Amino acid sequence: MSIQFLVHEDGDSVGVVVVEGVKAGQDLTGWVMAEDRTITFKVLNDIPIGHKLALKNLSAGDTVIKYGTDIGKVVAPIKQGEHLHVHNVKTKRW
Amino acid sequence: MTANTFLGYRRENGRVGVRNHVVILPLDDLSNAASEAVANNVKGTLALPHPYGRLQFGEDLDLHFRTLIGVGSNPNVAAVVVIGIEPQWTNRIVEGIAKTGKPVAGFSIEQNGDHNTICNASRKAKEFMHWATELQRVECPVSDLWVSTKCGESDTTSGIASNPTVGNAFDKLYEQGCTLLFGETTELTGGEHLVLERCANDEVRKQFQFFFDRYAKLVDDHKTSDLSDSQPTKGNIEGGLTTIEEKALGNIQKIGRKAPVVGCLDKAEAPTGPGLWFMDSSSAAAEMVTLCAAAGFVVHLFPTGQGNVIGNPILPVVKLCANPRTVRTMSEHIDVDVSGILRKELTMDGAGDKLVEMAIRTANGRNTAAEVLGHREFVLTRLYESA
Repeated sequence: MSIQFLVHEDGDSVGVVVVEGVKAGQDLTGWVMAEDRTITFKVLNDIPIGHKLALKNLSAGDTVIKYGTDIGKVVAPIKQGEHLHVHNVKTKRW
Repeated sequence: MTANTFLGYRRENGRVGVRNHVVILPLDDLSNAASEAVANNVKGTLALPHPYGRLQFGEDLDLHFRTLIGVGSNPNVAAVVVIGIEPQWTNRIVEGIAKTGKPVAGFSIEQNGDHNTICNASRKAKEFMHWATELQRVECPVSDLWVSTKCGESDTTSGIASNPTVGNAFDKLYEQGCTLLFGETTELTGGEHLVLERCANDEVRKQFQFFFDRYAKLVDDHKTSDLSDSQPTKGNIEGGLTTIEEKALGNIQKIGRKAPVVGCLDKAEAPTGPGLWFMDSSSAAAEMVTLCAAAGFVVHLFPTGQGNVIGNPILPVVKLCANPRTVRTMSEHIDVDVSGILRKELTMDGAGDKLVEMAIRTANGRNTAAEVLGHREFVLTRLYESA
């Protein structure tokens, strides 16, 4: 089965799209690398290669987890399957 | 694991180089023209022009000398001709490099003019060139390799695949007894606790915290709103990285899982033993790789996501990439393609083996993509303005 997105580990709030041309409404197959298992998600936006999709619903103020670690805070609500990037997540540093 | 020996140039001080450059090294900006003229006269020599060296003072001047002496002392350099505007600082560089035992000579321009300086320096460079080209590579254990790393134009594929590939290779090189280096102080922000956990003891932890806090203060003192316009870079953001924390957690994958951090170095300082070292440094590619060259490293592993094209004049930069789009659109820049990891076609262990093999082939003499394409970015780090 071909893989379209990767998740570092269980518990992460995001997956990374690793193929080009992902379109809104597409069902994607993902590989959770640490646990070596496969999951599927529907994406709600077009997502470029390397960009992230949310794996759960997130509200402003929530912490985003990747590598099992805090990578920043949500600044605008994000639905599961939506594109998660600089428009809705910011650093907690600097 | 591949070969446990390679063919290198064993220098007078016992260190081993993988290149055999005769360098024409300007002390200062004023001496670039004469240095480039000498390199043009004497084929096969390499001038390293740069824009600094006048009216620097204090720690910034110390770093200038440490960087130029370190680059001249690097075992990838067989011999050095130093050219400066006046003799005193020129001789300071010459004397620093001479401690390695390698051939080095200095020439100064005041009261001689460019013409006489170029003439005299060219005669010496020609002599060095004949001597250096008769040196032979000899078989050396892999433990003689000093290997540094820094990533550039990272994206999310860097943290998933190309940076952990370096980590896997570092684990293997560590077990062979190599000397290893990482740095990029601000790009550890959000993952600094992971580096602290890897420090060999409290003394090293204290050193790391000192360098980390020093850089954080610099950022705090000079930032406007935040660093979001430059850290992550526009290229990082285009590649899908959202915050410095995410970038840092990907970055840290390069140090692998096995080697403790045995010590922390200030910019351009050389390690004093094998194992994994941290060097306080900028995360700007050319600055950091130049500092690695000055610290004595002979092979550099450089993972990229969006396609940073950097090289260095004396330190071969091995480029690896896991982003299938970059591998396709910028293939001439990539030495090792690890995009198969994303498709589950290549294991991390297999990718690490491929990279170690390429590091050893590079040490044996294979020119990297950056070398073949003529990337010779030589960028000195400055701490503050000149007097």
